[in-house]
Amino acid sequence: MILRQLAIEIVQVALLIGLSPLFIGWVRMLKCWSQGRSSAGILQPYRDLAKLFAKDVILAENASWIFRFTPYLVFGTAVLAGGIIPILSVDLPLAPTADVIVLVGFFAVARFFTALAGMDIGAAFGGMGSSREMTIASLAEPAMLMSIFTVSLANQSTSLSYIVQVICSGQSVLRPSLAFAFLAFVLITLTETGRIPVDNPSTHLELTMIHEAMILEYSGRHLALIEWAGMMKLSLFVMLGIACFAPWGIASGVGLMEIVTAFIAMTLKLGLVAFGIVLIETGLAKMRLFRLTEFLGTAFLMATLGMLSFYILE
Amino acid sequence: MSIEPVNIASSSIALLFLLVALAAVLRRKQHALIAVCSLVAGLASLLSVMAGVWTVGSNITGQVILPIGLPDLPFHLRLDPLAGFFLTVIGLLSFFVSVYSAGYLKGFLGHRPVTRLVVFYSLFIAGMFMVVLADDALFFLVSWEVMAAASYFLVMFEDERPENRRAALLYLVVAHVGAIAILLSFGVMAGITTGFESFNGYTFDAMRQAKFPVAWATAAFLLSFFGFAAKAGVVPLHVWLPEAHPVAPSNVSALMSGVMLKTAIYGIVRVTFDLLKVFPWWWGAVVLVFGLVSAVMGVLYALMQHDLKRLLAYHSVENIGIILIGIGLAMIFTSFQLPMLAALALIAGLYHTLNHAMFKGLLFMGAGAVLHATKERNMEEMGGLIHRMPWTAALFLVGCVSISALPPFNGFVSEWLTFQAFLLSPALPNPLIRLLIPLGAALLALTGALAAACFVKAFGVTFLGHWRGRHNPPVHEADWYMRSGMLMAALTCLCLGIFPTIVIDWMDIIPEQLVGSKIAATAGAYGWMWLTPVAPERASYSGPIVFVGFVFIFAVVYLILHVRAGKIHRRPIWDCGFEKINERMQYNATSFSMPIRRIFGFPFHVKELVRLAPQSAHAAFPKQLHYFLRVRDRFWGWVYKPIIGASFWVSRRIGNLQRGRIQTYLIYSFITIIILLVFTR
Repeated sequence: MILRQLAIEIVQVALLIGLSPLFIGWVRMLKCWSQGRSSAGILQPYRDLAKLFAKDVILAENASWIFRFTPYLVFGTAVLAGGIIPILSVDLPLAPTADVIVLVGFFAVARFFTALAGMDIGAAFGGMGSSREMTIASLAEPAMLMSIFTVSLANQSTSLSYIVQVICSGQSVLRPSLAFAFLAFVLITLTETGRIPVDNPSTHLELTMIHEAMILEYSGRHLALIEWAGMMKLSLFVMLGIACFAPWGIASGVGLMEIVTAFIAMTLKLGLVAFGIVLIETGLAKMRLFRLTEFLGTAFLMATLGMLSFYILE
Repeated sequence: MSIEPVNIASSSIALLFLLVALAAVLRRKQHALIAVCSLVAGLASLLSVMAGVWTVGSNITGQVILPIGLPDLPFHLRLDPLAGFFLTVIGLLSFFVSVYSAGYLKGFLGHRPVTRLVVFYSLFIAGMFMVVLADDALFFLVSWEVMAAASYFLVMFEDERPENRRAALLYLVVAHVGAIAILLSFGVMAGITTGFESFNGYTFDAMRQAKFPVAWATAAFLLSFFGFAAKAGVVPLHVWLPEAHPVAPSNVSALMSGVMLKTAIYGIVRVTFDLLKVFPWWWGAVVLVFGLVSAVMGVLYALMQHDLKRLLAYHSVENIGIILIGIGLAMIFTSFQLPMLAALALIAGLYHTLNHAMFKGLLFMGAGAVLHATKERNMEEMGGLIHRMPWTAALFLVGCVSISALPPFNGFVSEWLTFQAFLLSPALPNPLIRLLIPLGAALLALTGALAAACFVKAFGVTFLGHWRGRHNPPVHEADWYMRSGMLMAALTCLCLGIFPTIVIDWMDIIPEQLVGSKIAATAGAYGWMWLTPVAPERASYSGPIVFVGFVFIFAVVYLILHVRAGKIHRRPIWDCGFEKINERMQYNATSFSMPIRRIFGFPFHVKELVRLAPQSAHAAFPKQLHYFLRVRDRFWGWVYKPIIGASFWVSRRIGNLQRGRIQTYLIYSFITIIILLVFTR
């Protein structure tokens, strides 16, 4: 039994590592189609990664150990988070290691060190990216926590596996607080994964980039690790959202059929979510930095409203 | 005399007084004095750590009555688990700082004698030990004053600078306003205990026995909360803290910020949970609200700073706020008879007390090492120190990660526990509280995120990038004493983050005594690896697995990628291909916090001026740019200026009495005698 659980755990992490570039490829392909361009194919992210891994590393003269340590740490947090979020099954040996607050902490660690790496070289853009990233994070993180607090209050747990079990067993009814929390979570996912309208993952225009500005000086395998971790982060946030708001399909045990069903359900959901992301990205323009206050303020307000309505109405 | 914790603690205090005498003897041999100071103060601190750990671990309560003090009013000493916990916290940091001081104080040799510093340093530590040991109002206040006066002289140590004298005076005034409030609070309690004619009610034992009427208990609580809040630096009484902590020698700042503020937390816990015991829920709400305001305002102030030690001082305001959030929640839960939840919230607050002592001590020691090496406190002039001070940089980074509440370090654990306490609040019946609690959780989350931003700034600007200053001083790494002091604090931070279950198991006796419930049975129900504060399906966290997981994945990825020998080429900065990049173009502390200043600037008085000095020929190509920025505390104008103005006004009016003419004074005496005759017939 325990061997089986371990096997599922490993399969899940391997799936996350292996398939998150595919998800990004799918999103990019949809985006190209919806904008009337021809796409580079769903496998392009793999080719990008392979190219980067094959290259030598060019490191700025001033780079310290923090700059070289950060890619591994960022990758490590993403992998560890992938072992904790119930993607295929709730019966994971690593699941009790961390609840959803700790997961937010993982992403915060990765962000903290990426921001430090941005300042390490001593170039103007790196500092600019770090400053903006931390400003946005300081608005986004409370909203994120409030949103998942609402979910945890409704399900009386902060443990993701348990939340999934409660929702799947039908104990949780449709609540107004969860609707608010979900809206906030969507806005936060766009922010945290650096999508339009907050950040543009494909820009290198000096004045608009945020995440790209911090990792401007990276190259070779370091850049590959960071890019890969970024791809995993998008998948992880989508999985986190699925686990919190629409977990139907995630296996409650470790039976083979259950896992296969869960895998199919996950694939379908991810495919659908990509449509949503593409709709938002195609329909909106990137916002000015100081307009983001309103965007994230809305997210924060939604999440707080969700929590208030839980306390007052439910 | 048998060996008991309370005797060990007393002998540690005696050792510190011995050090004062030694300092007088050794004042001509400064090198030896520094060595002796570190040795004796370190030994005394270790003794009290021993006493504290033993007391809490085996739940011993020891009492001693010293036959000194006023006639018929002897000093009472008592060491119970609560006192033992704070004794451990104070002793542990004092030990680290004493080791660190062996290196740090050498920096003063040749400039000024350190005798005064050593004398007041040992008195200061002794004062803090006595405060937590005191078991009567008289001895408590005497110890409190010893601590305050000693720290005043420590702040004044480099007294040739006017700002140091100003800061010390401000500190002294606030400390004494607070002390008066505490004195009055004890007066109220002692008065209720035995009636206002007798003096026997001054022991804490007598107060524990007494039943207080609600009105008087409220008066006592509000007075003592005001007094302790002044010491702890709760907003709006925080103004002395960013003035006094930066100007003190860094080893003293580490102690002041790390543990002196905690004596005020001790006072609040002692008075509310132990002496008054029964209280209405709104007391807890008061503590919670002040805690929330301090937490958010503290971190926002810190973000505006560019002086490294001032920034750290403002973070103490923030962390005191977080501790008060835990204690306030514990009070609310207690008054609604939810002892289990109260125990969780109290553990969260006390655990953060321990954590903050460790990481704030570490950070101030790191800032001291930087100051020692560069003679610079202004972050705008620093940068790139990670290459020249690798040890200090790595240890300071541990402090930054811990204070930013990032797993797997210790700050995260206490913040996680506080969040868990918040999430248990639907059990509360009061509708007003139900509105307050979500807001509180939101503000705590905001605080954590802003703290991370602030420490990216502090570490990034100080240690990363290139040196920003115009003059490039010779920078040297801290010596081994300073490094080992910081290293021990850093390791403690890591251990407290990885093994919270063991520590919680150890300190669990405190909530059992104060709120009547314990959490270790559930918190450690699944072994030392899993922290499950309420129940495993409710929430769980495993520090060891997170840590090992990070290390494991890191190692695996690193090994896989280094099978093929990839080359690393060192090249100049690329920076999107821009040329002529120089050090002055880096982001600095002011520019880093600019977006945050713009978004959260409303609580401050921000004055920002940009002036372009045009070249004579081409107005479009300015030659120079002048940038002026001043961020001021609004409380200074709202609260302190009117009070200072009013007291000057009153003093001048009273000064009018002093005419300098003997006839007037004779009339005053005559009137006084008449009044006395009328009233005291």
